Amino acid sequence: MKTNKDIAELLDEPACEHNKKEKSGCAKPKPGSTAGGCAFDGAQIALLPIADVAHLVHGSIACAGSSWDNRGTRSSGSQLYQIGMTTDLTEQDVIMGRSEKRLFHSIKQAIDSYNPPAVFVYNTCVPALVGDDINAICKNAAERYGVPVIPIDCAGFYGTKNLGNRIAGDAMVNHVIGTREPEPQPQHPNYKIHDVNLIGEYNIAGEFWQVLPLLDEMGLRVLCTLSGDARFHEVQTMHRAEVNMMVCSKAMVNVARKLQKEYGTPWFEGSFYGISDTSQALRDFAKNLNDADLVERTEKIITREEARIQTALEPWKARLKGKRVLLFTGGVKSWSVISALQDLSMVVVATGTKKSTEEDKARIRELMGEEAMMIEDGSPKALLKCVRDYNVDILIAGGRNMYTALKAKIPFLDINQEREFGYEGYQGMLELVRQLSLTIESPVWEAVRAPAPWKNAKETQHG
Amino acid sequence: MAEIIKRNKALSVNPLKASQPVGGTLATLGFDRAMPMLHGSQGCTAFAKVFFVRHFREPIPLQTTAMDQSSSVMGADENVIEGIKAIAEKSNPALIVVLTTGLAETQGADVHRNLKEFRETYPQFDHIAVVMVNTPDFTGCVETGYAATVYEIIKALVPNAAEAGTKPNNRPRQVNVLVSPMLTSGDLEALRDTIEQFNLRPVFVPDISDSLDGSLTEDDFSPVTIGGTPISELKTLGDATATLVIGASLQKAGDLLKEKTGVPTYHFDHLYGLQANDDLILTLANISQQPVPERIERQRSQLQDAMLDTHFMLGQLRVAIAADPDQLNAFSHLLAGMGAEIVAAVTTAHTPILANMPVKQIKIGDLEDLELLAKEHKAQLLIGNSHAVSSAERLGIPILRAGFPLYDLIGGYQKTWVGYRGTRQALFDLANLVINFAHEEIEVYHSIYSQKFDAAQHHAPSLSCH
Repeated sequence: MKTNKDIAELLDEPACEHNKKEKSGCAKPKPGSTAGGCAFDGAQIALLPIADVAHLVHGSIACAGSSWDNRGTRSSGSQLYQIGMTTDLTEQDVIMGRSEKRLFHSIKQAIDSYNPPAVFVYNTCVPALVGDDINAICKNAAERYGVPVIPIDCAGFYGTKNLGNRIAGDAMVNHVIGTREPEPQPQHPNYKIHDVNLIGEYNIAGEFWQVLPLLDEMGLRVLCTLSGDARFHEVQTMHRAEVNMMVCSKAMVNVARKLQKEYGTPWFEGSFYGISDTSQALRDFAKNLNDADLVERTEKIITREEARIQTALEPWKARLKGKRVLLFTGGVKSWSVISALQDLSMVVVATGTKKSTEEDKARIRELMGEEAMMIEDGSPKALLKCVRDYNVDILIAGGRNMYTALKAKIPFLDINQEREFGYEGYQGMLELVRQLSLTIESPVWEAVRAPAPWKNAKETQHG
Repeated sequence: MAEIIKRNKALSVNPLKASQPVGGTLATLGFDRAMPMLHGSQGCTAFAKVFFVRHFREPIPLQTTAMDQSSSVMGADENVIEGIKAIAEKSNPALIVVLTTGLAETQGADVHRNLKEFRETYPQFDHIAVVMVNTPDFTGCVETGYAATVYEIIKALVPNAAEAGTKPNNRPRQVNVLVSPMLTSGDLEALRDTIEQFNLRPVFVPDISDSLDGSLTEDDFSPVTIGGTPISELKTLGDATATLVIGASLQKAGDLLKEKTGVPTYHFDHLYGLQANDDLILTLANISQQPVPERIERQRSQLQDAMLDTHFMLGQLRVAIAADPDQLNAFSHLLAGMGAEIVAAVTTAHTPILANMPVKQIKIGDLEDLELLAKEHKAQLLIGNSHAVSSAERLGIPILRAGFPLYDLIGGYQKTWVGYRGTRQALFDLANLVINFAHEEIEVYHSIYSQKFDAAQHHAPSLSCH
């Protein structure tokens, strides 16, 4: 079990803007008014996309039982990450102190059945509380079976989902990264190949595959995306990158910071949502790599891709122009989506800023103007009120708000990790416009908003 | 307004259409103690019989005038008369319907004269209703043959109000319901339930939900239909308070019934989707002078919720449909109302309803046409009968089975499509096909610098719940 000191250290993340100003660190959850997942949830979500690892949840069925088989992320090869594994602790295990033994046997079974390159053991509340020493068991099992067994100590009561992300990142830095060297660097006759990492890229619905070809073209070898479509041995080589990109969110910013501290790797923050942000991210790679030739080639790629996608978007823009959007995002930075929507000439009338930092807010004002409406209160009621007050055409938010929107008969676009569609990169904009117009233009809204015809008839009779 | 493209090739490949006598047979099977007889060679009957046995998984009464070489050349009047007599003697049915085939029509058969001669020769069978219908199989389709049969049965067996002394609203709770062949036995049951909730008594014409609903009976064998609209009931149609006509194909039959009885008539092209069912419920509320039951309002709001949930999957979905006109029209409106795009519409006969469909083009054609159009327009989902399954397989897209025949779907004959509830389930079924089989994935990209080396890695077994 982690000590209070361990947790406090994880919460103090100097690279996170939340550490500054009035909001410091990750806020404590309030009983009776908290939404969102726990540390286990965050850790599992952060690492599950590592495709060839056996992800083993050590706990009672509540933890894995209601969270496994979340199929948002895609793998280009091994599908082992989709196999749900848990020790499914019983009452007897807990009372008789057999849970450690069960874990040990479970690790063996996972290795015997699936022959993974590594086993990740996620600790949860019950074993943490009864005092299972998962570090010792993982070490023991690794020695016995000759397969790396990585402890991810992420009991739910340690804190929020966000903390869980950091625990996951921390486990990678402490146990995995730096344990193997990458393959010899490939050579290209005309330009130099650079090694890079992406941190916080989850390859939702395969969306990173719309960006990766461009990185290939630039001559960037992606050692690892933590963690979308990653392999265990790729994570092991992350220390050799020349630059790290933190994609979109601060969830695993501790990884970037620690890699900088330990290996001197510079990092930058960026996003692949929207045309301008995608271009910016490609530019930032070139800039950080200090390669004049790469800068030049990158500009050519950007010019070509922007022209291509603007042409493809033209017919859609006419359909979406001037549509009013209420943006309420969680993990994905609001400003990054705002710029994507503004690229489409849509009007963002308001945005959620509950998780935004002061810096984010300044950026939002810059993009949306001084009158930008910022919503702190993310309750369904507040959102719906805003939708009505501002004459909103569509609500863009995480999946958990979807059914709130639908019940209120408001068009909705899901941008959370459970979504089935990929919006990253230039190509992703095409999918975004398709999904936006699909729901905004759907004839069902009119059909469900109209009262039943007999209600009309009655009113006319009486009136 | 839809552009209608007529058949423009010599060869019909993988036909969608079934013949008019098949439709006439289906209509006849919806009457109690009835026996259809196809006037043609015995193969016409054998094929039609197998068609229905496979679809309904029931024994199907169906006879033939068994035209042979000499009667085909010299005249088959005797076959018709002998055939009717044999059925009347052996099976004592309440109704015999003689349906002509291509052979008989080409030969120049006059079945109406045959009936006159039969009546003159065998007055002992006057209590048995006999109806003759011209259903040549070189024109029309199941739907038109069915409509023609309903028309002829009304013409022959529903008395004129003036002669019989019937008067609209003599039976204030009775509602006549003429139903198109696109309605399944499950549809009829749902519709009966809905109408009864308004304290009205529906009389379906015809009623396959009472004869082909797949129930076991006391009798282990019957040569004629067990259940269906009783022939005696046809005399009461003139006393009803209203007539509902479901399906555009029955327009003419509905008009005839109204002309004969004077009963107010309400037409519905179909009962798929919110709008169509709103029209029906409003009509029933007006006829019955009763408020809409809460249960129905609840089902309506359930459908609305399902529309919202499924519009993400069905919006902009490119759909290819092959069906007889009534059902094609129903699906087109349902899907257009969900924001889907019908990129390929193929049907079997040119009927007036086609012009009103929310579709750019309609092809009168076969399943090969469907396949080519679906391919050309990159259809993502197909709706059609069991014959279209292999088209869907070749196209690599999922299929929703609907229409005639459904021989590879157990219980397909009783699936409920109509009403708020039936529509809701249809939307769920469509959306499930989309998320399970038609979701367009981003193509996997392998980096040229990749160091994943998956080939050497262990792959988990490919798992699927389907």
